[in-house]
Amino acid sequence: MTSINQTGRRQEWRRVFDRIMKGLVILAVVIAVIPLVLVVWDVVAQGLPAITLNFFTHNPPSPCSTGQIASGSAMCWGGILNGIEGSFLMVGMATLIAVPVGVGAGIYFSEWPESRLSFLSSFTNDVLAEFPTITIGLFIFVLIVETTRTFSAVAGATSLAIIMLPIVARTTEESLKLVPTTLREASMALGIPRWKTIFRIVISTGRSGLATGILLAIARAAGETAPLVVTAGYLNFPPTGLFQPTASIPYIIYNFGTGGDYANWTTTAWGAALALVVFMLILNLSVKLFIGRKFAGVRAEI
Amino acid sequence: MTALPKEKRSSGSKGDLVLKAVVGAAAVGVIAILVGLGVELTSGSWLSIKTFGLGFITGSTWNPPRDIFNVFPFILGTLITSALALLFGLPIGLGVAIFLSERAGRARGLGAALGSLVELLAAVPSVIYGLWGLLVLVPFMREYVEPTLKTYLGFTQLFNAAPFGLDLLTAGVVLTIMIIPTISAVSRDVLNAVPNSQREAMYSLGATDWEVTRKAVLPYARSGIFGATILGLGRAVGETMAVTFVVGNATAIPTSLISPGYTLTSLIVNQFGTTTDPLSDAALVEVGLVLFMLALVINFFARVLVWRMTRSTKFRV
Amino acid sequence: MAEPKSLSGVQPKFETKGLKAGFRTTWVLKGIDLKIPPNRVTAVMGPSGCGKTTFVRCLNRLHELTPGALVEGEALLDGENIYDRRIDPVAVRRRIGMVFQKPNPFPTMSIYHNVVAGLTLNGEGDKKKLDHAAEHSLRGAYLWDEVKDKLNNSGASLSGGQQQRLCIARALAVEPEVILMDEPCSALDPTATAKIEELITQLKKDYTIIIVTHNLQQASRVADYTAFFYLGKLVEFDETAELFENPKEELTERYITGKFG
Repeated sequence: MTSINQTGRRQEWRRVFDRIMKGLVILAVVIAVIPLVLVVWDVVAQGLPAITLNFFTHNPPSPCSTGQIASGSAMCWGGILNGIEGSFLMVGMATLIAVPVGVGAGIYFSEWPESRLSFLSSFTNDVLAEFPTITIGLFIFVLIVETTRTFSAVAGATSLAIIMLPIVARTTEESLKLVPTTLREASMALGIPRWKTIFRIVISTGRSGLATGILLAIARAAGETAPLVVTAGYLNFPPTGLFQPTASIPYIIYNFGTGGDYANWTTTAWGAALALVVFMLILNLSVKLFIGRKFAGVRAEI
Repeated sequence: MTALPKEKRSSGSKGDLVLKAVVGAAAVGVIAILVGLGVELTSGSWLSIKTFGLGFITGSTWNPPRDIFNVFPFILGTLITSALALLFGLPIGLGVAIFLSERAGRARGLGAALGSLVELLAAVPSVIYGLWGLLVLVPFMREYVEPTLKTYLGFTQLFNAAPFGLDLLTAGVVLTIMIIPTISAVSRDVLNAVPNSQREAMYSLGATDWEVTRKAVLPYARSGIFGATILGLGRAVGETMAVTFVVGNATAIPTSLISPGYTLTSLIVNQFGTTTDPLSDAALVEVGLVLFMLALVINFFARVLVWRMTRSTKFRV
Repeated sequence: MAEPKSLSGVQPKFETKGLKAGFRTTWVLKGIDLKIPPNRVTAVMGPSGCGKTTFVRCLNRLHELTPGALVEGEALLDGENIYDRRIDPVAVRRRIGMVFQKPNPFPTMSIYHNVVAGLTLNGEGDKKKLDHAAEHSLRGAYLWDEVKDKLNNSGASLSGGQQQRLCIARALAVEPEVILMDEPCSALDPTATAKIEELITQLKKDYTIIIVTHNLQQASRVADYTAFFYLGKLVEFDETAELFENPKEELTERYITGKFG
């Protein structure tokens, strides 16, 4: 052995311990990743059998026993049409509400950061972002459902909008803040008023960040269940009116997953889960492509 | 020096005022939402507050047909499942953060890929974790894990019950999965904020990689890591759907970790619409109010801790 | 390149042979052959980007910790190549102390624990031994009198100059043979600088000191020998007085007379 290297049991133990801890750290990563792999695997394996064209064009089936399913009875097969239309309707409306307000707030945080309102509001915004969504649902329940005496798509959409709002505001603020101050100054030095500077130059420079934020918010809203349980309720058919109970894909997963041990219901739930996961994956991957290209530093993750 | 032409300034500043007013209103709106949350939840639960008073959270009977609504068992359920989630989630989440921040620097591609994978964990909606939990995890817990726990540790009250798989322990496991991305993402940022000179100082004294992490990096980052833990706690307390599928939905006080129970969140979702009298509605809204206050306290606390550690806007979680 | 006359026949404490270092695709050090004498202060000087800091960080194997770092060649400590595959870098760093440009005491540890940090790493648990080592090192760093009553205060509660002396004490506590200093006074005021320069002159009795500096006056005050680097190459190495008064290379002369860098 060389004379530089340290000898003795203590030093040996330090080396061994270092290796053990490195191994544990890697183990932690493996453990963290396993559930993701398992869940995706199961969702694909169990959900794929349900995916047919009919799955997207029919409403859910009635519960069937194994015997009924085996006999090929038509009433045992169905799809998630009601959920697709309901989710589109409510997420769509929510986006229309959340985007203007969220972008507006984000602009205020970015362009007038010194004001007291900015500080208070952006702090509140962060708190809201992490809030239990069931309480947001209950808020809308009291505000809208109890006053209109019905579950409704409007109530569902409003609760989703509140959930989307902080995400849009935060990513708007962060992308606008990335636009260099020199750009703003150059524009105003040319005599262009501040409001035009913000609209024409700042926002258009930061627009892919904004788009990213909106996509992420949509992804989040599309997966929310708890608020919809207490605001939109459920319907076995596509939406019948803005102030009527409305189905959604997450609710289908909840309803048909916990509704009892009917094989066709379970398959429907898995199929809906697969459809939702694919949708989320597409949204998140396109966001990663956006971010990777333009904003290495912005963490727009929820 | 010539004076600036006055005409140009006034039209610009009018537009400025309008813009500022409009986006300022949006900012006010954010605050209004949080305030409105508190107000509406209080008013919606007023009937229940008047009827039960403090007994709402200290009593243990939840009996809808008799119009008795007390939520202590469910507070217990929330506390137990969240504690389990932190117990498992903190070491794993911190381990992932250490990997991504300290080690993955060497193997850049692999580190980034794994980092993205863990973030993808957070993108899967909780209802899907719930479904998977019910149909895959519960049978696993029922057949393998819980009988083993009962056999070897059943002498403690903790594991002394019939293992059905639909219980607080399984809910704790699912919650662990849900909060790992939160803890690891925040911790990773916190660890990255530790100045490199601290690491180098420890290395130059002749320390191994782990010793550098443990003695120089983690102590420096400890308040931020604590903040990450609290944020993880907030996430666990507020999680609804993943828990609903697997927690067992029992209204009695749970006697062991493998007994079924309820959390505050899953109670609301499960009991909603089962009765239609105003008192039960008000009671469920009051549960929401309790959650609201819990979430505010946890969130506020966490944010202050994390903010103190890393004061840059780029960082905000 | 010629060896300074006074060093012929002296066994170098540290000797580099063809030492190259860089990042990813660029070499910062392009092959350095240098013999550092024992128990003397050797200054490493040159304009920014000449590789002096990289050189010094190769001597305690700190350079390789940066992702993408490259190292080639040999560095012999008492005749043994520290880059030999069988050598544990942790052991190398134990024998070489380092003081950084910006003082970096551990803020979560007390002054006492900062000083003995290196010893506790190596498993020293005997309180008496630690106390003794703490006092000895703090005295050696000219800091004992100022902190002896507040050893439990945080390491970060001291002034800049005191913090740097604390870092020196921390390095001394593990009884290294070589002390590397990377512009140790550049973040300090003149009074603190003077104290540390005086300290360095005392320390060389027991340690071999290599100091990176861009301050010509400091080198002439403190260093026995000076090595002049330019663009990754060793241009000249001689006794400080000789180098400054009779530089043999034109580059050296231009640097000393301030014609660049």
